[in-house]
Amino acid sequence: MAVASSSFLSTTSLTNSKSNISFASSVSPSLRSVVFRSTIPATSHRRSMTVRSKIREIFMPALSSTMTEGKIVSWIKTEGEKLAKGESVVVVESDKADMDVETFYDGYLAAIVVGEGETAPVGAAIGLLAETEAEIEEAKTKAASKSSSSVVEAVVPSPPPVTSSPAPAIAQPAPVTAVADGPRKTVATPYAKKLAKQHKVDIGSIAGTGPFGRITASDVETAAGIAPTKSSVAPPPPPPTPVAAKAATTTTNLPPLLPDSSIVPFTAMQSAVSKNMIESLSVPTFRVGYPVNTDALDALYEKVKPKGVTMTALLAKAAGMALAQHPVVNASCKDGKSFSYNSNINIAVAVAIHGGLITPVLQDADKLDLYLLSQKWKELVGKARSKQLQPHEYNSGTFTLSNLGMFGVDRFDAILPPGQGAIMAVGASKPTVVADKDGFFSVKNTMLVNVTADHRIVYGADLAAFLQTFAKIIENPDSLTL
Amino acid sequence: MQSALSISFSQTSLPLANRPLCSSNAAPSTTPRNLRFCGLRREAFGFSPSKQLTSCRFQIQSRRIEVSAAASSSAGNGAPSKSFDYDLIIIGAGVGGHGAALHAVEKGLKTAIIEGDVVGGTCVNRGCVPSKALLAVSGRMRELQNEHHMKAFGLQVSAAGYDRQGVADHASNLATKIRNNLTNSMKALGVDILTGFGAVLGPQKVNYGDNIITGKDIIIATGSVPFVPKGIEVDGKTVITSDHALKLESIPDWIAIVGSGYIGLEFSDVYTALGSEVTFIEALDQLMPGFDPEISKLAQRVLINPRKIDYHTGVFASKITPAKDGKPVMIELIDAKTKEPKNTLEVDAALIATGRAPFTNGLGLENINVVTQRGFIPVDERMRVIDGNGKLVPHLYCIGDANGKLMLAHAASAQGISVVEQVTGRDHVLNHHSIPAACFTHPEISMVGLTEPQAREKAEKEGFKVSIAKTSFKANTKALAENEGEGLAKMIYRPDNGEILGVHIFGLHAADLIHEASNAIALGTRIQDIKLAVHAHPTLSEVVDELFKAAKVDSPASVTAQSVKVAV
Repeated sequence: MAVASSSFLSTTSLTNSKSNISFASSVSPSLRSVVFRSTIPATSHRRSMTVRSKIREIFMPALSSTMTEGKIVSWIKTEGEKLAKGESVVVVESDKADMDVETFYDGYLAAIVVGEGETAPVGAAIGLLAETEAEIEEAKTKAASKSSSSVVEAVVPSPPPVTSSPAPAIAQPAPVTAVADGPRKTVATPYAKKLAKQHKVDIGSIAGTGPFGRITASDVETAAGIAPTKSSVAPPPPPPTPVAAKAATTTTNLPPLLPDSSIVPFTAMQSAVSKNMIESLSVPTFRVGYPVNTDALDALYEKVKPKGVTMTALLAKAAGMALAQHPVVNASCKDGKSFSYNSNINIAVAVAIHGGLITPVLQDADKLDLYLLSQKWKELVGKARSKQLQPHEYNSGTFTLSNLGMFGVDRFDAILPPGQGAIMAVGASKPTVVADKDGFFSVKNTMLVNVTADHRIVYGADLAAFLQTFAKIIENPDSLTL
Repeated sequence: MQSALSISFSQTSLPLANRPLCSSNAAPSTTPRNLRFCGLRREAFGFSPSKQLTSCRFQIQSRRIEVSAAASSSAGNGAPSKSFDYDLIIIGAGVGGHGAALHAVEKGLKTAIIEGDVVGGTCVNRGCVPSKALLAVSGRMRELQNEHHMKAFGLQVSAAGYDRQGVADHASNLATKIRNNLTNSMKALGVDILTGFGAVLGPQKVNYGDNIITGKDIIIATGSVPFVPKGIEVDGKTVITSDHALKLESIPDWIAIVGSGYIGLEFSDVYTALGSEVTFIEALDQLMPGFDPEISKLAQRVLINPRKIDYHTGVFASKITPAKDGKPVMIELIDAKTKEPKNTLEVDAALIATGRAPFTNGLGLENINVVTQRGFIPVDERMRVIDGNGKLVPHLYCIGDANGKLMLAHAASAQGISVVEQVTGRDHVLNHHSIPAACFTHPEISMVGLTEPQAREKAEKEGFKVSIAKTSFKANTKALAENEGEGLAKMIYRPDNGEILGVHIFGLHAADLIHEASNAIALGTRIQDIKLAVHAHPTLSEVVDELFKAAKVDSPASVTAQSVKVAV
């Protein structure tokens, strides 16, 4: 089976280098490739049919050495059309060029398996060629079984789109009269129709929620069970990303905006936050809280504050030291099948910046001394404010610290960021009446910390043990300054 | 060279320009000079030239030269002939009128241009110029939104958004800027810009407002307005023409575009990039009629199918009612052939892009017995106006959209220049086949000359062979570097003598690539010669280069092209 109609010879000098341009005419033989995988009537067929039929499969040719799949640009012949040897049947787009594919046999194009605009791997059947007219029907049934098992389905006409309404209503149709005669009129937007075809959704069965009751793209997506693509100005119909597919479909049935409301699209940072938050829903998390006495820590803070040490650095250092003893809390579960123990303890600290949230990372928080850590932190915050953080400075965290204590929040719980094993939510340290084991009451500064962890790898006891260690470090903070 | 001469020394340049013609009177064709002569003398000479005529003409020429020698030289704009206010009056300051005016001054003519609206006409104010601004935005939006495309570059961009007013301002600012440039260029050369609606009062006489002026020659360049078929009610808000659409006052969720030619196609590119969904309504059986079928097929695959666009072909929009009383825009479709009702569409807006109608009403054409045909002013191949009796109207020309020959801005300008060439004594017939056209979608479409079916029909009639060469952008390094390998260039040519009959390009920067082919057609360059020219590597121009190289021509390259450059 030969490819490349003569008019396309020039394009067969596919290589990009200029030196190759001139050998166009000599190149065609090398491109010949077998498109018919010889004559193999399907074995199942032989059993069911008494007459041995010659139905040939037309395969996706390899048009270049690098081609793994090809897109059907167009079928030059239609189903049932007679083919003569050497005629162009289909135009295939490879990674380099569009080429006409010719038939090697006389016969009839019995069935198109892969429709226009669709893609098939090299070697896959894209159509069937029947030798005689009588075999067309047989080939069609064969094609039907093929296409039902495979993805493609373009040839069989799908239920007619909007055009179904037989006669337009009179000049000024009240909606009621329009409905009265003929089947109910379906109004669907162009993209909705495209999506319906793509996802094989019967557009007639969808209730439209768009303006004037029309069916919009998001109606189809809802009906097809996929999350509507957020952006109103979306790229050409992309295959829905697997991440988005699981996302909550909150946008579907939003009530109309109140007058004078405004829609402000996400900034890049806000989109990233949104994406991460949705992703976090796929992780099974649990939370463990722990009260920590901070009298000693507060005393230490007063001492080291003049040297430029911040509370964030103290907490990060403490968490880092505790994590060093409980590596599982510093681990993460990347594939749902294994623990990934991180070689470094990198504490990401959530920082609110104008219009967003970012988590600069204190790397090796367990190893760096308090003063270096504080210095580093100042630098990171400065960079975060001016949006100068480098990717490794905000996405290399292995554990996250989020502190709302400065706002007087006594306790809260945090969402575990994807890719990490645990996150610690720190509340304010407040004078609290505590009773000790002997029943004596005293007033101590106590802060509540609450850790959210991925229960696939971190279990309750792990977290409890970690928190105990953390509390011990905070309550005897001298080790922090070592 | 001539231009430099004519501005500073118009008295010498004129004889220079004229002498060859006067002396070569043995073989004059039906030149405009005969016409001018007839007009001046009010004598009914036939159009066929004779020796007698030529000698008369010579006298007139020399008289005129004396006049200009005495009067001009200081001003750029030439001095008028004795009996006229101006040598040339142009009605309409669009791109066609502007091109004619500039060339007229260069040729030493005292020139006036009459404009009843704004300088720049459709192209600058309501057409090519602002639409290019919108398309520049849509191209970028398209790119930024295409995650796959960005990823292939290793770029990360998210949440690309736009501000409608900002986009609209870009378009109107560009129009203002170009309009000012146009106005200034004419002022600087001393063209009189007269404000008011111009009309023809009689031979060589024009009025604007209450003023009457006379001119030796008159060019009508009044252009066109959007054509709105009957039954369609344009309210400028939900049912609009390109005039309104270019202001971008709103971006509807769903817009129907009636007509899938250049205008419709470009707007579909803009609207879909800005988030609208589009429904095309096309009266012919195929989208993008007028393009080479192969190109329109490919364009449909790239510009229509993957986008949020659907279409109805073979239907007329028989009635379109703007949105009102809480109802959407209603469009009634009837079958283009049977006229039977087919469908009703409910959309948020409708753009009427069914072509343009000549703007020739109120031009006083009845005063000179000219009858328009569907509004168009009939002209011959030299843009000379033909009256109701099929006779040429002396000294009256019509260029641009108003004559309907080829409704493109640059065609109007070329026609204007051609007319000025004629009235200054050099016969010139514009080869319309060499005028390129472009559609600025992403990627762009461009063409020059014949389409394949046209070429085959011509070949059949005239008995020659036609061959086709094609190249793909996929094999072009620069296109691949830009990740824009989608595209096709196609050349239709005569294998026997290497004549280029037509070139059609769909792909990145196709509009810029076409000129190598259009120049070749205009200059009569043959493939066997141009294929030896060198193109920088890597550039998109190699797509066209490969086209020439892929062609199989029987004739050898002409001797000159091969040998001349050796000395370098």
